Amino acid sequence: MDQLLSLFNTYTAEFPTLWMTVKILLLPIVPLILAVAFFTVTERWVIGWMQVRRGPVYIGKGFLQPFADVFKLLFKEIIIPSKSNLFLFRLAPMLALIPAFAAWAVVPAGDGMVHSDVNAGLLYLLAMTSMGVYGIILAGWASNSKYAFLGAMRAAAQVISYEIAMGFALVGVLIAAGSLNLSEIVRAQGGNGGIFEWFMWPLFPLFLIYFISGLAETNRAPFDVAEGESEIVAGFHVEYAGSAFALFFLAEYANMILVSFLVPLFFCGGWLSPFPESWGLIGKGGPHWLAVKVAFFAFMFLWFRATFPRYRYDQIMRLGWKVFIPITIVWVMVTGVLVYTGVLVPNS
Amino acid sequence: MQEIRNYTINFGPQHPAAHGVLRLVLELDGETVMRADPHVGLLHRGTEKLAESKPYNQSIGYMDRLDYVSMMCNEHAYVRAIEQLLGVAVPERAQVIRTLFDEITRILNHLMWLGSNALDLGAMTLFLYAFREREELMDCYEAVSGARMHATYYRPGGVYRDLPAQMPKYRESPWTKGKDLKRVNAWREGSMLDFLDAFTDDFPKRVDEYETLLTDNRIWKQRTVGIGVVSPEQALAWGMTGPMLRGSGIEWDLRRKQPYAAYDKFKFQIPIGKNGDCYDRYLVRVEEMRQSNHIIKQCVAWLRANPGPVMVQNYKVAPPKREEMKNDMEALIHHFKLFTEGYSVPAGEVYAAVEAPKGEFGAYHRRWGEQTVSIEAARTGFCASFGDGRDRDRAHVAGRGCTDRHIRRRVRRDRSLSAGRTDHESHR
Repeated sequence: MDQLLSLFNTYTAEFPTLWMTVKILLLPIVPLILAVAFFTVTERWVIGWMQVRRGPVYIGKGFLQPFADVFKLLFKEIIIPSKSNLFLFRLAPMLALIPAFAAWAVVPAGDGMVHSDVNAGLLYLLAMTSMGVYGIILAGWASNSKYAFLGAMRAAAQVISYEIAMGFALVGVLIAAGSLNLSEIVRAQGGNGGIFEWFMWPLFPLFLIYFISGLAETNRAPFDVAEGESEIVAGFHVEYAGSAFALFFLAEYANMILVSFLVPLFFCGGWLSPFPESWGLIGKGGPHWLAVKVAFFAFMFLWFRATFPRYRYDQIMRLGWKVFIPITIVWVMVTGVLVYTGVLVPNS
Repeated sequence: MQEIRNYTINFGPQHPAAHGVLRLVLELDGETVMRADPHVGLLHRGTEKLAESKPYNQSIGYMDRLDYVSMMCNEHAYVRAIEQLLGVAVPERAQVIRTLFDEITRILNHLMWLGSNALDLGAMTLFLYAFREREELMDCYEAVSGARMHATYYRPGGVYRDLPAQMPKYRESPWTKGKDLKRVNAWREGSMLDFLDAFTDDFPKRVDEYETLLTDNRIWKQRTVGIGVVSPEQALAWGMTGPMLRGSGIEWDLRRKQPYAAYDKFKFQIPIGKNGDCYDRYLVRVEEMRQSNHIIKQCVAWLRANPGPVMVQNYKVAPPKREEMKNDMEALIHHFKLFTEGYSVPAGEVYAAVEAPKGEFGAYHRRWGEQTVSIEAARTGFCASFGDGRDRDRAHVAGRGCTDRHIRRRVRRDRSLSAGRTDHESHR
């Protein structure tokens, strides 16, 4: 046993890159792909339940449905439009997928359970989530299709508008927490007050706007104009088939799960318990609390999709620029005043 | 500086919101539709020509297919025209059954409109809710005629047969068994009238449910209020009828203005809109569903109280009973003649119209001499030229132009009408 361990240590010291790759595969990627797979099937069950139908029930009672879907997509031919830009057409799905996965490097699942505990975690996240839109724009442009192009234009305008509101919402979090490190942000929400220590109370408007912007950022209903299946058919990925389409799909769902993680981390105390620490076991934080919160926000994504009609493109722009951005700017100032007057105390 | 030009985009017929029946060539300025050039005729089937070469009774089924979401209303106009030519009086009970099924059809049609319009605007759930209720009413179609859509239930002289005494039930299946089976069969223990009673008691709650999802929904309102406005003058000038006209605030309804079947027996109101926009037309249709429900309730009460024949006893038009055919030579001959050769109508010209869910649906027959040829033409709610679409679609953002379901129905009807006219000309 000891021999094996020392062998392992030698190898990891000899080949740090290899070990890093294994770690990346083990921590975010494989669990994430599994999570996406089961999130898709859960979505179909939940929406089926809301729409008085059953959802998938046949393949392994529905549990194996996502795998059937993935294998079908992987074995399908990738059809490339004849006048498309080949290089960009192939690059685009990867450009959409890579940032969606890379962002997970700084997302903590519990106290200390994080791949890389960097101090500029928040900035890194903002950078990664904005990168994803390049994949969408390139996909729409490279397909040489008018519908795809419309989708790309919509996605670009939408993501830019909501990025600003999202950024300002995070500035509020930054002021309140006094740190850019995600684990620090969560720890700043700890204390004896339990649920009342969370940032969602003093930053309530920012909390709502961040979640709604997250919906818009991931192109989910009611902000799914970039896809708009009954208007521009499938928008930017209308020309994609097989595994290339699967990559877009994976990226979209990975982003949804990411937003479902970030909202609790920034505003709802991450892995902290909603009960005061003095309550003993129930007041102790842990990944299970984060899982509950993530499940709640992921469910909200599905619920919204089943409930709302789709916004019109120009109305989305109006909501972003004329409503969200002014509110966030004002509330960032309010947060500043709260911190200045000592109502909110950043921990560092 | 480079000149900025609008660009054209092809919309349909292979498009989820065009459902294969409409093609538009759109000129877009950014996302704003500046011009819409409709290409129609994708559902042209030459119905009028087909109807000319067949015995009258065999063409009833074609009428179902003219507007396949308001089947029995189409039949109604057709059989009324023949009845007027023949001078046949329809038994009262048959008239009430027709009223009942016209209103069932209206609900079916408006549910389809509501569901698919909401689906086009991204509200997927409503589509499935609407189809849940449609299923119940389709079962009524099936119970009386054996077919869920293309019923051929109305016949000149009455209806094919009386309402069934037992509403068909769901059988046990791997998915529906035990408690579930009991629940889906709860309304189906008695006759079809009992079933309809249960349905009409329940349906207003369902409509409330749809309204909860849409009527005060900000997104829904943003996407429909002030969209596709048709002023009352324009609506009249374009020859619009039905909910499109009533949405513009003109109270015109053939059920009230030229009562047919048994509409003068029952109480109902005619909702009208104010602004003539998409939202008002939505409200009009929702209220029409409630009114139809009210009429169905009254029909059911009447039908319970008044049993009687549902078909004329004239064997030149209606088939004789099976039992009579076993013993009676005359009856057998009548049956044979009716189903092989059909019957002839006296020479003359007639136009009969009903208030179909999408507006006036009319059938025109003309027959001269002893020849078997007669001319038929169908007119439905939206035979007003599609050219008006250009004005209305202008300056609305893409994804909007496709929300008004009428446009495509209109196109279809329009085409079939013009085809009918051409045939008419050539026969002269």
